[in-house]
Amino acid sequence: MTPDPTPLTVTDEPHTEPVVSPSLASAATHTATTEPVQREARTITLEKLNAWYGDQHSIKDLSLTFAPNQATALIGPSGSGKSTVVRCINRMHEEIPGARASGAVKLDDFDVYDPKVDVVAVRRAIGMVFQKPNPFPTMSIFDNVASGLRLTARKVDPGHVESALRDAGLWEEVKDRLRKPGIGLSGGQQQRLCIARALAVEPDVLLMDEPASALDPISTLKIEELVQELKSRVTIVIVTHNMQQAARVADQTAFMLDGQLVEIGPTSRIFTNPTDSRTEEYVTGKFG
Amino acid sequence: MASAPETLQVPRGRSSLERTRGSGLLDRILKWGLTALSIGVILLIAYFFEVLIADSRPVFAQTGFFSFVFNSEWVPSQALYGALPLLVGTLITSAIALVIGVPIAVATALYITELASPRVRAPLTILVELLAAVPSVVYGLWGFFFLIPKLKPAEQWFSDTFAFLPFVGGTVSGPNYFIAGLILAIMIIPIVSAISREVMTTVPRENKEAALALGATRWEMIRMAVLPYSKGGITGGAMLGLGRAIGETIAVTIVIGNAPEIGKTIFSQGYSLAAVIANEFGEAASDKVHRAALIAAGLVLFLLTLAINALARYFVNRASRGQRAASKPAAGMAG
Amino acid sequence: MSSVSLQPVSGRRKRADRGARAIVALFTGIALIPLFFILYYLLKEGLGAWSWDFFTTDPTGSFLGDPGGIKSAILGTIEMVAIATAVAVPIGVGVAIWLVEYGRQSWLATGVRYFIDVMTGVPSIVFGLFVYITLVVTNFGGASFAGYKGAIALALLMLPVVTRSAEVVLLLVPNTLREAAYALGAPRWKVIFKIVLPTALPGMVTGILLAIARAAGETAPLLFTATIVNATTFNLGDRMNSLPALIFQDVGQAQDRLVQIAWGAALTLVAMILILTILARLVQRRSRLS
Repeated sequence: MTPDPTPLTVTDEPHTEPVVSPSLASAATHTATTEPVQREARTITLEKLNAWYGDQHSIKDLSLTFAPNQATALIGPSGSGKSTVVRCINRMHEEIPGARASGAVKLDDFDVYDPKVDVVAVRRAIGMVFQKPNPFPTMSIFDNVASGLRLTARKVDPGHVESALRDAGLWEEVKDRLRKPGIGLSGGQQQRLCIARALAVEPDVLLMDEPASALDPISTLKIEELVQELKSRVTIVIVTHNMQQAARVADQTAFMLDGQLVEIGPTSRIFTNPTDSRTEEYVTGKFG
Repeated sequence: MASAPETLQVPRGRSSLERTRGSGLLDRILKWGLTALSIGVILLIAYFFEVLIADSRPVFAQTGFFSFVFNSEWVPSQALYGALPLLVGTLITSAIALVIGVPIAVATALYITELASPRVRAPLTILVELLAAVPSVVYGLWGFFFLIPKLKPAEQWFSDTFAFLPFVGGTVSGPNYFIAGLILAIMIIPIVSAISREVMTTVPRENKEAALALGATRWEMIRMAVLPYSKGGITGGAMLGLGRAIGETIAVTIVIGNAPEIGKTIFSQGYSLAAVIANEFGEAASDKVHRAALIAAGLVLFLLTLAINALARYFVNRASRGQRAASKPAAGMAG
Repeated sequence: MSSVSLQPVSGRRKRADRGARAIVALFTGIALIPLFFILYYLLKEGLGAWSWDFFTTDPTGSFLGDPGGIKSAILGTIEMVAIATAVAVPIGVGVAIWLVEYGRQSWLATGVRYFIDVMTGVPSIVFGLFVYITLVVTNFGGASFAGYKGAIALALLMLPVVTRSAEVVLLLVPNTLREAAYALGAPRWKVIFKIVLPTALPGMVTGILLAIARAAGETAPLLFTATIVNATTFNLGDRMNSLPALIFQDVGQAQDRLVQIAWGAALTLVAMILILTILARLVQRRSRLS
């Protein structure tokens, strides 16, 4: 199972183009959806979502829509429930002992909390990138990307691993050492490896829980550029405590406080002309 | 997207996310299989206990539980089964093991964690742990052919010189309680030392530095900060060592002398609960009551170790709980 | 008068410090004396017994002539420990997986942990007694003493050690790895077998090797389950010899040749256990979990 050393030659491959733009500055000014839609992703709708950790009621009656092929940022002070929201979307929340959730999370018109639904299938359709890079320590770079396919009992095509690595902007850096352990990479590379791992499963939605909070500024910019590239194919929900980051990458921004939604709208409006005074106080740095 | 990845895409539509009949089957098999296995372990030990009680019944029926434990005549040929000499032998040898073994084990732990230079720490730890790698029967072999003959003159001198002490004096026999206790002491050093080391390394640095900053010498620091903090853990470790010593069979069988009587001094021959089982099971196969007596000796041994280990766990848990409680506010302040 | 004067530490305190440190160092030295003596005697007495024939012939059981070697004891120990490992490791690791991945803090898991703890404290001879009562006296399988019954007694001894050490290592596997795998849509059994177990493997191997080393040195439970014989056998239903049992038997014989064989067998046994212990430490060093 050695990867094909030559790049794919299919002309309509989006990733034959270098994914990481040489100019890092371009990402910083990027705020609107300019990428052409290459693959129609799905809409996520939360309806009266409630979540608890034991007795602690951490998400209260949250209703919210994440538009397809857009990046939505969830911002708010720590403890406001941003991470819990994304963990509810792919039903990772219930993996924590004592945690439970109620309400509906709809993928298009399909409720992932429907009792008939297979949790495992939900997670295949909704990928997730965690706060800290977490490549599997026993696996090589190649196997890490292939792990999602192997874990879901699908055939592993080396070309597919390559395209996932290209999509994550990591191919050029690792193509000569695909057999080396994934934990030998730098923090930023590890995080992009985790993104490649999530993309290889071909999800419709990508949840990112503060994906850059453990990274240096250059690696952070690379991740932000990736978000721009990837929304042509997936719906992205990105949790961040960094408002500049939200402003740079998100089409839509939602502000949360104490487990409740305060306001959601186009990013530029949330940051320049919020309707709620609490949002204004937060984005201008008066609290949090 | 290229054609190859296309086939990998999760198909759209309602059916794709729904649970199929096969999905999760392996998960359920694994979960219930492992649960059954774990319940099996509990049942096994319950059965174990039940068997010991049921099969020792004939001897209790003959002598009664009380006289089995407190009668001092163990003469299987006359069907006399009083286990007191065995119990006394077990307790005396274990007590000697604690008196000799615990101070030495705690000293090694102190030396390794507080006094030794970092370079010799790892080799010293390995050497102490090597003591645990020597099998019981090899300790017995060494004790029988080396300790007994070499120590006898010293024991006799001690016995003559300190005859005024209780349980000392008279002629020293080759195999005796003291030799058995000494071997047990060597055997429990690794475990007591390991647990003491573990608790000593968790003494917060602030506590030790506070003592040193007050102008304490190294030893005063150990007395002020290290020992009080690790007292519970050391007690627990000593209890675990005691549990080991009580159940230890072969080494004791070889060097205790196997005389079913209560020795007058620590240099007398004796017997222990475990040793009597190892020695007499062969002859007991045909005699139901004798066999029941040996099983009853095993049951007493089991109950004794159970009680001591419960006590040990109580001390170790209390020590580690205390440490968690003590370290929490510190962590809070750091964060 | 500009100089700062430091009050010197009193002589009494200094002496107490030096004295206490000397005693601690002395006791540490005392702890190591038996180790050196045992190793010295093992090598001195044991190496003399070693020869090609010593390892390749069975004991003869003869009190007058050539006492033979220890082949049946070495092979018997290896056979019984191997079977015990094959029984105890899957069960022990299985229970540990259940405790960490499913049982967690439930009352059932607390109960299982308690019983495993109880098992750890049970003296080895009591396990032997249990197998003796249930399998030997009842002539289970048509014979009284048998190699596999010895192996079962050893497996009972190993089970709590394997379970406890495997549980500790499984708890060290970072939860973020499990979450990453679940988020990829992996079913639980695959997360356990493909992610958790491979990550925990080196640490678990260490615990297993130490359990094997402990079982290999046990005498008491073998005496009345597999008993002591002369001939080599590969039939697990037969009575089977073992190194510890052979040493125990020969200690009791007042014959120099047999005693020398006991020393040779003891050196062999200690060498086998040391190799296992060293292997365990080497594997542990390779573990990525701390």
